[in-house]
Amino acid sequence: MSKQINVALIGNPNTGKTSVFNQLTGLNQKVGNYPGITVEKKEGVCKLPRGVKAHIIDLPGTYSLNTTSLDESVAVELLLNKNDKNHPDLAIVVSDVENLKRNLLLFTQIKDLKIPTLLVINMADQMAKKGIVIAIELLEKKLDTKIALVSSRKGTGIDKLKELITDYKNLSTTPCLDTTKIDAQYFNNLQQAFPKEDLYKLWLVITQDVNFMPIEKKVIPDTSSFSTKSKSELKRLQQKETILRYKFINETLKEAYHVDVNAATGVRASLDKVLTHKIFGYVIFFLILLLIFQAIYDWSSYPMDFIDEFFATASEWVKNTLPQGAFTNLIAEGILAGIGGIVIFIPQIAFLFLFIALLEETGYMSRVVFLTDRIMRPFGLSGKSIVPLISGTACAIPAVMATRTIENWKERLITILVTPFTTCSARLPVYLIIISLVIPEGRFLGLSYQALTLMLLYLLGFAASIVSAMILNKILKIKSRSFFVVEMPNYKLPLFKNVALTVWEKTKSFVFGAGKIILAISIIIWFLGSNGFSENYKNADTIIENKIEKEGLSSFNQESIVENLAIYKKVLLESKDKTLYKTNPALLKDSLKLKGIELYKQAKNQEIASYKLENSYMGYLGKAITPVVEPLGYDWKIGIAVLTSFAAREVFVGTLATIYSVGSDEENTIKNRMAAEINPVTKKPLFNLASGVSLLLFYAFAMQCMSTLAIVKRETNSWKWPAGQLVFMSIFAYIVALAAYQILN
Amino acid sequence: MTTVANLKRGEKGIIKDFAYDSLPIKLLELGCLPGNMVELVQVAPLKDPIYINVNGSHIAIRRAMALKIKLDLIEE
Repeated sequence: MSKQINVALIGNPNTGKTSVFNQLTGLNQKVGNYPGITVEKKEGVCKLPRGVKAHIIDLPGTYSLNTTSLDESVAVELLLNKNDKNHPDLAIVVSDVENLKRNLLLFTQIKDLKIPTLLVINMADQMAKKGIVIAIELLEKKLDTKIALVSSRKGTGIDKLKELITDYKNLSTTPCLDTTKIDAQYFNNLQQAFPKEDLYKLWLVITQDVNFMPIEKKVIPDTSSFSTKSKSELKRLQQKETILRYKFINETLKEAYHVDVNAATGVRASLDKVLTHKIFGYVIFFLILLLIFQAIYDWSSYPMDFIDEFFATASEWVKNTLPQGAFTNLIAEGILAGIGGIVIFIPQIAFLFLFIALLEETGYMSRVVFLTDRIMRPFGLSGKSIVPLISGTACAIPAVMATRTIENWKERLITILVTPFTTCSARLPVYLIIISLVIPEGRFLGLSYQALTLMLLYLLGFAASIVSAMILNKILKIKSRSFFVVEMPNYKLPLFKNVALTVWEKTKSFVFGAGKIILAISIIIWFLGSNGFSENYKNADTIIENKIEKEGLSSFNQESIVENLAIYKKVLLESKDKTLYKTNPALLKDSLKLKGIELYKQAKNQEIASYKLENSYMGYLGKAITPVVEPLGYDWKIGIAVLTSFAAREVFVGTLATIYSVGSDEENTIKNRMAAEINPVTKKPLFNLASGVSLLLFYAFAMQCMSTLAIVKRETNSWKWPAGQLVFMSIFAYIVALAAYQILN
Repeated sequence: MTTVANLKRGEKGIIKDFAYDSLPIKLLELGCLPGNMVELVQVAPLKDPIYINVNGSHIAIRRAMALKIKLDLIEE
């Protein structure tokens, strides 16, 4: 007997359903999406007694089978569709001990579908503390089912639950109550029209789109033989059904469930007083945000530097070890650099999700929603968007992934689309270098112009995201739940296992979901930058060598060699061997000569690299777009840097370093070189206030980040949204940059 | 008669009337049924949203919705 039992876990949000799922499946779980939509699908395998196995699906949390969101309709579809390969042999309703009444509503609905249904009462360890007593046997009899009292926190009751799952065939499938009572006439007609169908199932199918459009409408045969009801009549019937069910539940629980209010102790009331307080609530939220920021900005920089270093060394090692050739270059500079570009995001993603998981697990996230809902409302968003939007200031990638907590699809989509406008940390290197180049050093009211400019850019990012959210809210025609009802769950200590699994899952889904796209694009960009078809590219080495022989190194490099040698001389004369150098001038001369040769070689290589990039496919592309970027005040070199920095904004600085052949990423060196650059048209310095501001604005608004596009594709399950984002943001950035340059120039 | 929106912190009331047509069924499912007790737990700045405990369910709703839930105040 190796047949797998299909089990569906279903329950209200915040009942610890996922903890029960984690207890049953451990690491044998897989997280994906339902085909075509963005609802998370969690499934896993559980080993049961007597060699039986169960395939378990953790359905999205829902309060009832009356669908009001995409998540809920996924649950209903699976329960209704007998042909689905995952259609459950057994449904397990997970309730928490405190909200049993509310959870039984869902339980009775599922039982009425005639699917064998088990009841799990979770958080049993809290019963004494809350003064709750449940007469299990009586309740089992009244509900005509089996009950497992478990504590997913303490791991108790799980074995009993596994036993019950194995014996699922002994469960009764008699409905709890007769819902046709709410309108006997209507149901009678319905039965006559569809004699073969189950009435309650029919009813669910008919009412599915009362509150929400289903993803895929079930085909109901011609309904002419009975009088159909209007939407509001159906809604009224659903309400009657709910009231009828509560009546049944109240009667059931009257004898079987007792709460001694006096025995109940809880931290909820006192914590809520502080955490949702008009002032302290915001102060605490602000402090938590600061902590999250500190983690993604600062703490993650250590592992990120290490990853950077590691991949640079690995790439160097490959180049030195493998035989020279195109294939080695592909591995060292294309693939390894591409993988490095994916792995580098892991620390930030892990940190953000560590915090988000903690906030969710403890129940604090709902309080954040409560505190910020009113602020976000004018922009078509709710309190749930605040954490993604703010974490976008560190990096848009984890921020876009964090939108998964927003159940409302329209809100979630808007948040995803506007998050890339917030100023992420990758914009900083670009901002800093251009600001220090073109913004004067003066002060205004004690604040430096440069600092003010940086702040203005941050504000501009926020403004852009908020204004576009308002516009998107107006133009996006997506039907979704328009009401706001947020449960404020009880405070809980977070479970390490749940937090760790969330962090692991998110990281994995980034690496394998978006990683492929990032790797592909970085290989393409690398290829374009390090290959060329022209004779100039192929003979770059000899051309530059000949040029240097005739004309010498570029004046910038000559000056920098002289400067460096002077510094080196000073260093030598101050080193611990200084007496040796002072008494022996020939030795000093030799050392300086050797250093000079080394610097000369370095400069020569830089000039070759620069020439190669100029003549590569990327160089030709950069030159080809010159007419497009000239009105913004850029030359072809900046054009190339704009193109390559599509991979990631900070690449802008590195590309300029290569193309100006300055060889190092060190900010001051590049800055000096940039300051010396002359505009070929105006014969004035290329980087002036007008072109600098134009560049700043371009980077503030343009979608210069392939990783964000990749993650948006993954999170929205379609190329439509990232493509729209790319086109819109690029055009918008171009127009703003154009206007800035033309006005300021 | 008053509404949920007019409760002060800590005040309680029994739900009397419920605007069935304009309120979502979700509220009913969460236990917001006529005859059940509502206690106001907390109000956010600008009196919106409103955090209530209804029949053991702790939920936050917006002011517009709270105005549609009519109550009989329980004097203590």
